[in-house]
Amino acid sequence: MSEHAAVGKLKEKFSAAVLGVAEFREETTVTVKKEDVVAISTFLKEELGYNFLCDLCGVDYLGEAPRFMVVYNLYNIATKDRLRVKVPVEESDPKVDSVIGVWGTANWHERECWDLMGISFNNHPDLRRILMPADWDGHPLRKDYPLQGPGREPYQGRLS
Amino acid sequence: MGVEQTLGNNVVTTSLDKLVNWSRSKSLWPMTFGLACCAIEMMAAGAARFDLDRLGILFRASPRQSDCIIIAGTVTKKMLPVILTVYEQMPEPKYVIAMGACACSGGIFDTYSTVQGIDEYLPVDVYIPGCPPRPEGLIYGIGKLQEKIMKERNSFGAAIGIGEVINEA
Repeated sequence: MSEHAAVGKLKEKFSAAVLGVAEFREETTVTVKKEDVVAISTFLKEELGYNFLCDLCGVDYLGEAPRFMVVYNLYNIATKDRLRVKVPVEESDPKVDSVIGVWGTANWHERECWDLMGISFNNHPDLRRILMPADWDGHPLRKDYPLQGPGREPYQGRLS
Repeated sequence: MGVEQTLGNNVVTTSLDKLVNWSRSKSLWPMTFGLACCAIEMMAAGAARFDLDRLGILFRASPRQSDCIIIAGTVTKKMLPVILTVYEQMPEPKYVIAMGACACSGGIFDTYSTVQGIDEYLPVDVYIPGCPPRPEGLIYGIGKLQEKIMKERNSFGAAIGIGEVINEA
């Protein structure tokens, strides 16, 4: 299968920032450095026409380094073309630059990602919890968060 | 001595308690308040096929006009303060029906975000199991609540400020 059109242009312009390209079932994923995520997002939107951020989410690969990934699912409405961009994030410094300036919809997506994953976003104007109650402690979608909450005994299996 | 003449036609004698209990149980006005899939069954119970109106049960859109709240669905910790506010806004006497597995015990949602049974926070009168209970189940549960109301003692006295309602059968 031929390489995704955007990948070549990305490699050409951001050769140092592109960490890897993966193809799976005709879906293309580009892993990039988190320092350049805003520049790459701007380039993808302005030059390559990825004008719609379908989803922004976090993934917790507990036990691996780097522990987190922030995933940007992009869509080009004009050409109906999709691209996935992933950004590795270290557990020691879980911060990524906000892409609100590129896609406005990222505002609530980044709030959700911070709320549930604990990945904070630099330059976010309103980084509050969006799904959990405002006074909640911790970030429940992290793999090391106890399923039944920190205040309860973990489930022991069926006892009878 | 004794009653010299009969009371005539169209006269019924009863106690005030029974009259009050009868009027309360036969005109339960539940709060229009749904939380999850149980609310769909609650709506079905209120709609034409099962028709709760024929039992005098009219859903009210304001807690100020309701005397019963059907906790119909999963109670999340984020929704809990809202439910408590609605419950506190209801005038006395007020009754709580926990409808479905989630409202009774948390159900399958044994997680950090879900309240493990609304009875941790509200005094539940009737528990209706099921996931979700069919409208027949809800109507049966409401029938149980009506029976419970009919067994109350001193409900008239409590209403005019003399003593408390006695719930023992």
